[in-house]
Amino acid sequence: MKKRAHAKEHDTQRVSRIVGTALPLRGNDIDTDQIIPARFMKVVTFDGLGQYAFYDVRFDENGQENRHPFNEREYKGANILISNSNFGCGSSREHAPQALMRFGIEAVVAESLAEIFAGNCAAMGVPAVRMTRDQIEELQTAVEADPGLQIEIDLLSESLKAGAREYRFHISSSYRSALLNGSWDSTAVLLSQSEAIRRKGKSLPYLNENPFK
Amino acid sequence: MSKNLFNKIWDLHKVGALPTGQDQLFIGLHLIHEVTSPQAFQMLEERGLPVMYPERTFATVDHIVPTANQARPFEDSLAEEMLLALEQNTEKHGIEFFGLGSEHQGIVHMIGPELGLTQPGMTIACGDSHTSTHGAFGAIGFGIGTSQIRDVLASQCIAINRPRVRKIDVSGTLGPGVFAKDIVLKIIASLGVHGGIGYAYEYAGETIRRLSMEERMTICNMSIEGGARVGYINPDRTTFEYLKGRAYAPANSAFDDAVAFWNSIASEEDAEYDDVFELNVDELEPMVTWGINPGQAIGITENIPRLSSLAEEQREVAKKAYAHMDFEEGSPMRGRKIDVAFVGSCTNGRISDLREAAELAKGRRVHPDVKALVVPGSAQVAAQAEREGLDKVFAEAGFQWRGAGCSMCLAMNPDKLQGRELCASSSNRNFIGRQGSPTGRTLLMSPAMVAAAAVSGEVVDIRDFTPGYGLNHGGERV
Ligand code: SF4
Repeated sequence: MKKRAHAKEHDTQRVSRIVGTALPLRGNDIDTDQIIPARFMKVVTFDGLGQYAFYDVRFDENGQENRHPFNEREYKGANILISNSNFGCGSSREHAPQALMRFGIEAVVAESLAEIFAGNCAAMGVPAVRMTRDQIEELQTAVEADPGLQIEIDLLSESLKAGAREYRFHISSSYRSALLNGSWDSTAVLLSQSEAIRRKGKSLPYLNENPFK
Repeated sequence: MSKNLFNKIWDLHKVGALPTGQDQLFIGLHLIHEVTSPQAFQMLEERGLPVMYPERTFATVDHIVPTANQARPFEDSLAEEMLLALEQNTEKHGIEFFGLGSEHQGIVHMIGPELGLTQPGMTIACGDSHTSTHGAFGAIGFGIGTSQIRDVLASQCIAINRPRVRKIDVSGTLGPGVFAKDIVLKIIASLGVHGGIGYAYEYAGETIRRLSMEERMTICNMSIEGGARVGYINPDRTTFEYLKGRAYAPANSAFDDAVAFWNSIASEEDAEYDDVFELNVDELEPMVTWGINPGQAIGITENIPRLSSLAEEQREVAKKAYAHMDFEEGSPMRGRKIDVAFVGSCTNGRISDLREAAELAKGRRVHPDVKALVVPGSAQVAAQAEREGLDKVFAEAGFQWRGAGCSMCLAMNPDKLQGRELCASSSNRNFIGRQGSPTGRTLLMSPAMVAAAAVSGEVVDIRDFTPGYGLNHGGERV
């Protein structure tokens, strides 16, 4: 019964296209401690995290705004984040992509993505895709020159359109298909194998009835 | 094809292939803590799902606990709320919880091994990136996010792509004053902070074989800092001896049977790897970081690299690092005045680390300009250290002796840097803001180097400081 309900929910969870404007965030190795400083993780829900995204770089010690793309008016409402290499490295905290999502980010484009971060995005239904260094540079420059530039990410054709230009991007094929068919929320998919799971558990040397026999 | 440990464990735990092309992997041991689990329990609740294997799930509290005064309720009401949530969630779902006051409480990556929960041949998951630590036992440990914690609670499985495996073959003999921490900092500096993306690291070779379990954990712990989600070492006699007699380790005849299984899971002599990296440590120096990620590390007698000597793609972060640290390119690390010294964390908060630091502290005094903290990684380590009188050695030398927790490794409890303080730290991350002050600065190094810096008031080369520094690498006297 429950399984059904989830399948249905998933039907409405297909992610294939993200359209909007971009927020260029230059820098390599932007870690999750920067994306969401640890002190804001003292919460039991993710709900209010958006306002704290990049808090310590966006604001100075007195709470005054620094110059930062997340503060700049021309990028207000942008939903596609464009950054450089090893984005999201460090701590596994899902609070980081959650904060970005709650800030309004619906897709992340980077030269490379830290693995746990990419997995967290996938599990939240947020496409995180990779392009080459030169393409990222070109894209960031184009958006800085024209913040209103219309961007379209199409997972089906694995292409990103920015105005008149079109690029190919990379995304792990499993993340792509999970987004496209709406199965990115993996709990139901995994649970549908509950018998196989129990069987596997019993077969493991350290979990079977006579351990290690 | 002869298999490596990683692929053996993967195949053993694979439930099946998912339509997305990922594998469904059974998780043999799930460890949880207060920071990343409450939202997962909330999601479970919303779906009316139970925890599938509460008996394979263990909880502790570490990140938010104050280390100076652990009386309840905590002064910080947010921290108190998080602990309460974990107490309620574990109670409700019948999960064993090693809470504050339990002799088994401690940093999640410390207590798994201490209790013998962490064993060779297992898959282990925890909502924390340093889960790679458990790989020191020949297990494979995955750091996961909160949505995946929900998956593991509900189904004891994760959906995951199989990574490639890189063998890191370490040869040579460590000189005096050079430790496991220096090996792993060197590996990260060599391969880069994203060199390991898409890989599991197998640490192998004669040097690794000779390391104690505690040293092996230090190395596996920092795999993630090099981009590798998983790092492991094949189990051997050192591993088995460590596990023998631990609370959750197999006992009596089951132990011998377990050893047979554990031996069988190790990489074959001629196992294949997707990549191999070789490192000789004969000439390795004590390492210290100069920048804002763990890959920005140099030998203690080297100078901070000049921009012009760095590869193009490293320059942007190097510039940021010079500016944040207020260090000049080409200048030495030795002689820099420090404000804070921190011995602790899941990287170097074990008994051998404390012994090494105490050896140095003994009969000396912390420099008057330095605030120095020693924070055992677990209640068991604290008790052991106190039995050995290390707490007194530290106190007499002017170090603050604290209760177990993550402490100054990250800024979720009262232990934080202030302003632009410069901290010599035995932890694992020198990211901007990591230790609690947006302008604070962190230097990663071995615990003995931290203790030496604490008593000198500045960054020193431990080899100058203590000629004939009388320690071997297990922390016991030679
Ligand atoms: S000691 Fe540091 S790295 Fe280890 S679990 Fe705690 S916060 Fe994370």
